[in-house]
Amino acid sequence: MSLSTVEVAYPEVSPEEPAAGGIQGRTPLRLVIARLRTDRVAIASIVVILLIVLLAIGAPLIAAITGHGPTETNVDTGTDANGQPLPPGSAGYLLGTDNLGRDILVRIAYGARISLLVGVLATAIATVVGVVIGLFAGYYGGWFDSVLARLMDVVLSFPYVMFAIVLVSVFGPSLPLTILVIAFFSFAAIGRIVRGQALSQREKEYVEAAHSLGAGNLRIMFVDILPNLVAPVIVLATLLIPAAIIFEATLSFLGLGVVPPTPSWGNMLSDAEGVGFQAWWFYIFPMLFLLLTTLAFNLLGDAVRDALDPRTERIFAGRRKKKRT
Amino acid sequence: MIRFLIRRIVLGLITLWVIITLVFVLYYARPGVDPARELAGRAVTPALLANINKEYGFDQPVIVQYWHYLERLVPIPGHFDLGISNNNRLPVTTIIAQAVPIDLSLAAGAAVLWTVIGISVGVLAARRPRSLMDRGATVFVLTGVSMPVFILGLLLLYVLYYLLTIHGIAIFPKPGSWTPITTNPLEWAHDLILPWITVALVIAATYSRLTRSSLLETLGEDYIRTARAKGLSERRVVYRHALRSSLTPIVTQFGIDLAGVMGGAIVTESIFGLPGLGLAVVQAIQVQNLPVVIGIVLVSAAFVVAANIVVDALYAVLDPRVRVS
Repeated sequence: MSLSTVEVAYPEVSPEEPAAGGIQGRTPLRLVIARLRTDRVAIASIVVILLIVLLAIGAPLIAAITGHGPTETNVDTGTDANGQPLPPGSAGYLLGTDNLGRDILVRIAYGARISLLVGVLATAIATVVGVVIGLFAGYYGGWFDSVLARLMDVVLSFPYVMFAIVLVSVFGPSLPLTILVIAFFSFAAIGRIVRGQALSQREKEYVEAAHSLGAGNLRIMFVDILPNLVAPVIVLATLLIPAAIIFEATLSFLGLGVVPPTPSWGNMLSDAEGVGFQAWWFYIFPMLFLLLTTLAFNLLGDAVRDALDPRTERIFAGRRKKKRT
Repeated sequence: MIRFLIRRIVLGLITLWVIITLVFVLYYARPGVDPARELAGRAVTPALLANINKEYGFDQPVIVQYWHYLERLVPIPGHFDLGISNNNRLPVTTIIAQAVPIDLSLAAGAAVLWTVIGISVGVLAARRPRSLMDRGATVFVLTGVSMPVFILGLLLLYVLYYLLTIHGIAIFPKPGSWTPITTNPLEWAHDLILPWITVALVIAATYSRLTRSSLLETLGEDYIRTARAKGLSERRVVYRHALRSSLTPIVTQFGIDLAGVMGGAIVTESIFGLPGLGLAVVQAIQVQNLPVVIGIVLVSAAFVVAANIVVDALYAVLDPRVRVS
């Protein structure tokens, strides 16, 4: 990626349009999409994310083509004469095999399902819970707000990795528990932002107008106020996805997340640690996919934030061309 | 100021109490769980169960157990008691006391690294926004934020330990090496250098991001213009006038990160085989050694809660506006 010369392709506005009907109105969503389209980093990260999604959806297809299931151990073809894993490029195994002769490519494809599922689902739960709690706390205020705000403070100051480990050690590792644990430690981040925004929004005149028109509290909260908070929530949620993916991989790496033999990028690396570095492919490929995914989501999150708030300077997208007068 | 501090301390104590109670409920008072049976392991006999019930007091009403559990945690020397390890019958406090020096060593060295790296990269980026330096810093930050700690640790081990060692350049020690600083300070640092880098780089990324945005904001203030107008050198303006006041958000982050590492860097310790709190808790979970797990979780929670209080107090000293609100 060249950092210094990034060209900007602005959507061409045809000269007829303003003449025909004045300046065309654009919705905020259209504006954001237009800004994202000029951001090459955003486009690249979207492409990477789509490829990972394709990989996850196509996992059974890859398994069918290679003829190896994700948990299928191929003692005859998948290991060499000494029972050691095969390097990448070996017959039938594009990315090599692991210590049990399982196809790493197939396992990575199935692992993508876990990572995306955990990232998206945990973030979705955290966002819904955070938005609802934040809205109620900010809108109603008073003792109700104090209790909820303190609750979120307590969650945010939890030593969460330790506590996640406690929960997993008590209930036993499982995928639903992993998702719930991640969601639990993420909702407060969203809740706090929404609460702050709701506190200021409820003083606005449009809320008073809605009141005088007879709108109920729920309607005002979710129909009138909520749309004004969408921007920060979307940005935060996009950035929570990679954090959740990292959290899942870490738990699985420690043996406290997805239970083997179900493949997850984290537990594949934990298996690799048991084999040793001579089987480098066993490490490098899960690492590569994990890093690529988290990096793409982080880059996208940054790009969405910049697109939603045009005032922030964009480091990688080029300068806007000055209008010629 | 005093009122502010008292509020913070009360909030911290509430957090700690919530954690202690949650741990108690999860481990001892979950409905449908017989803690004695879990402790007994596979060879259950009625006599063994009766013994365990008597030793741990499981035959008493839950509320009485809870009271005894809380009472033992009152931090008076000679009274404080975290129970006895199921493995080797050592007091949990002894096990923790043996592990804490490792975490302190890990935290001390890593904190120096992450502060120096994080703040320098942030300052370099902020001095010339949009320059090549700034873009490089952004790449560093995004990679750091997207990098799971265990991947960084494994990569460092693979490149700097494994690859170098098999090529006959054994500069870095093998995982599992640990020398107390009192035995040989040089060997101490040598054994810890890779774990320090692992812990520090990921945290440094956050610091760079914080420093950059905070410094850029400060550099736009009126008093900076005044300083420049007085004819001060740019160096003096940036380092003496601006940097000082823009480091306040870093202080908050620093306390929390330091406490986090002191309370057990679980992943780093697992990868490098450092026998600190993090490795101890993971090993204890694997054999369901409940007293050790609970003891370490409580100590690590206390570190984080205490750090939050200290940070808030420091923040109030550094930024007078906080005290008013």
